[in-house]
Amino acid sequence: MSHTADAHHDHHAAPSGFKRWLFATNHKDIGTMYLVFALVMFFVGGTMAMIIRAELFQPGLQFVDPGFFNQMTTMHALMMIFGGVMPAFVGLANWMVPLMVGAPDMALPRMNNWSFWLLPVAFSLLLSTLFFAGGAPAGGWTMYPPLVLQTGNAFPFLIFSVHLMGMSSIMGAINIVVTIMNMRAPGMGLLKMPLFVWTWLITAYLLILAMPVLAGAVTMLLTDEYFGTSFFNAGGGGDPLMFQHVFWFFGHPEVYIMILPAFGIVSQIIPTFARKPLFGYESMVYATASIAFLSFIVWAHHMFTVGMPLSGQLFFMFSTMLIAVPTGVKVFNWMATMWRGSMTFETPMLFAVAFVFLFSIGGFSGLMLGITPADFQYHDTYFVVAHFHYVLVPGAIFGIMGGVYFWMPKWTGHMYNEKLAKIHFWLSAIFVNVTFFPQHFVGLAGMPRRIPDYATQFADFNMVSSIGAFVFGVSQLLFVYIIWSCVRGGEKATTAVWEGSHGLEWTVPSPAPHHTFEVAPEVP
Amino acid sequence: MEHSSDRYYIPHGSPWPIVGSVALLFLMAGFAATLNGSGIGKISMLIGAGILLFMLFGWFGIVIKESVDGIYNQQVDRSFRMGMAWFIASEVMFFAAFFGALFYARQLALPWLGGDGNNFFTNFLLWPGFENAWPSNGPAEIGGEYKAMGPWGLPALNTAILLSSGVTITIAHHAVKAGNRKMLVAFLGLTWILGLLFVGLQATEYMHAYHDIEHGGLSLRLSSGIYGSTFFMLTGFHGLHVTLGAIMLIVIWFRTLKGHFSPENHFGFEAVAWYWHFVDVVWLGLFIFVYWL
Repeated sequence: MSHTADAHHDHHAAPSGFKRWLFATNHKDIGTMYLVFALVMFFVGGTMAMIIRAELFQPGLQFVDPGFFNQMTTMHALMMIFGGVMPAFVGLANWMVPLMVGAPDMALPRMNNWSFWLLPVAFSLLLSTLFFAGGAPAGGWTMYPPLVLQTGNAFPFLIFSVHLMGMSSIMGAINIVVTIMNMRAPGMGLLKMPLFVWTWLITAYLLILAMPVLAGAVTMLLTDEYFGTSFFNAGGGGDPLMFQHVFWFFGHPEVYIMILPAFGIVSQIIPTFARKPLFGYESMVYATASIAFLSFIVWAHHMFTVGMPLSGQLFFMFSTMLIAVPTGVKVFNWMATMWRGSMTFETPMLFAVAFVFLFSIGGFSGLMLGITPADFQYHDTYFVVAHFHYVLVPGAIFGIMGGVYFWMPKWTGHMYNEKLAKIHFWLSAIFVNVTFFPQHFVGLAGMPRRIPDYATQFADFNMVSSIGAFVFGVSQLLFVYIIWSCVRGGEKATTAVWEGSHGLEWTVPSPAPHHTFEVAPEVP
Repeated sequence: MEHSSDRYYIPHGSPWPIVGSVALLFLMAGFAATLNGSGIGKISMLIGAGILLFMLFGWFGIVIKESVDGIYNQQVDRSFRMGMAWFIASEVMFFAAFFGALFYARQLALPWLGGDGNNFFTNFLLWPGFENAWPSNGPAEIGGEYKAMGPWGLPALNTAILLSSGVTITIAHHAVKAGNRKMLVAFLGLTWILGLLFVGLQATEYMHAYHDIEHGGLSLRLSSGIYGSTFFMLTGFHGLHVTLGAIMLIVIWFRTLKGHFSPENHFGFEAVAWYWHFVDVVWLGLFIFVYWL
């Protein structure tokens, strides 16, 4: 019996033509689609960022009218969060989690396909609103009522696209949880799993618990607008602030959804290139779980200025401060892993080290924002913009890029061009700071976010910031070229790829065959 | 047999997910266009709903066929179970958002509008004379005069019906495990009949609520301020889930008649049973917090 099954599987190397992608059930194919989709959205959202920075290059209104500027800030956020970072992480999980735990595929392959193919639908709906008479949504990605209810024809498209993104995320997360809990090779105990698997497991729980709350929140917006409900209308006994509470109950876990997998990637890369096992593996796992738990009880720190009761402000300030403890544990562990390691600095390691330093800057400005009285000053200024871009660009996105360079030889069977990749890294690392560091200063001096014009005293720093953004943006074309040429050819990658590599994913040939671990591997 | 059951079954490509995506594209774009007042929106919705039905039959059809053919081993079965459990967890959080809105309105928003805490001037300047009470359609009395829905009468009867259906499906569950087909068919049938009865009574209750007070109704509508909003959204989404659950029960009842379930292999049955218990528990929350307290 099993002999015929073998023969059968061997005949299914990789289906060809469009069916391979449309009907895909293979975790590697679906992972590739996720990653390509995320890259496309990264450039769509990036183009919007370029428009924003062009307008802010000088004070006054130059290129776009304020309404379109607001559409750009709103859409840039939605594209980058739901179209860029999250699908990129799911793509990496699709590719790597089955390889890391020794599973033949994701647990629910058909649902895996649906999780991906809902995304193009969601983003077609959302991007189509750019061509509507009233334009795209412009009330900010946080969709606060009553402002968002003035959106016009784009409004229901925004709501339904969020519903579809949520469905995609929930199904993707369920698939990852089930794969990790049910598909591990014999001997792969929970506390033997690579840290990327652990962080993704915890992220998936966050997604399952947080995304439905967002669905509920936007559903209430929809019924308030079209079906006469009063959830966010004080006249009817509701409260516009209630939306902010429900939204951020989703929104704060979402923040960790966008960083925990990057923690996992960095925890894979640093031990590889420091040639030492990860310092404090178990404490890393527990720290990740603590961060995930805390993420559900800190949400109102996004809304210190709305007039909460004092007890609420104190609770959310202290719970927020608490997050610094497990995060500190992680940073300490990464440092301790590098301590006295025989380190080499290939591109993934450069991204990982930059991640540790630059993410920490974003973490510290987060602590500043978490102090309630200080936040009264910083709220809705460019300081906030600087903060979350530090955790998202050199945080989440550097994590993704480091992961791509780290695993690309395994995917394509070729080494990427190390020289070009290092140039890509240095351009990115330098200009991400040129872009976002000055934003701390203009923010502390009082420049508000989401406004297309600003007072003249902010002009110099904004020009620096815009120049940084343009160079950073153009540098990313190099990233595409490096990926493209690595797919096309290059030095053959070995099975282990890296000298210090460790784990099941480095025991399969490079490129990884279409089907791997059809028979569960031995876990040492 | 093409696949041996000693290894994890991985389908080689499936057209159904992308068909589902196309269905949702038509459905969602059509609904959005309808809300914007476009005439073709409804046509698009119909097309989308049609494709969705086609997809559901196709997708579930192939999964049922694979299950009956014995392609799924125990590990696949475990994947399905875990997947269903976490899907229900996500559903719980969806309802949590609306329960959260209810609690927030009752415990914070309305007291604040009535001047509680440091909100004296909110009340004094914006809504003078408004006093916090529940039920409420707010200081502007959105939706006009209405009467609240009491817990005793239909809602209590519905509670009894849904709880009984929880008992009958548990008896059916024991029957499937014992291989007692007669008992299984009878009690599973009873369960979906109770489910449909619940939906019917809920519809009656809604009609009663929507009728004008002058005509013996309650004038209670979705637009009756925060009370109407929370009442209809919570009970409405619950009713939708009960309807879906009842359809699922009917499907597995027909599958039982075809002999699809054995004492060892009945994931489809258990998934629906879990789902049914989930709508049952949500109803208890509704009965206590929406109807009673």
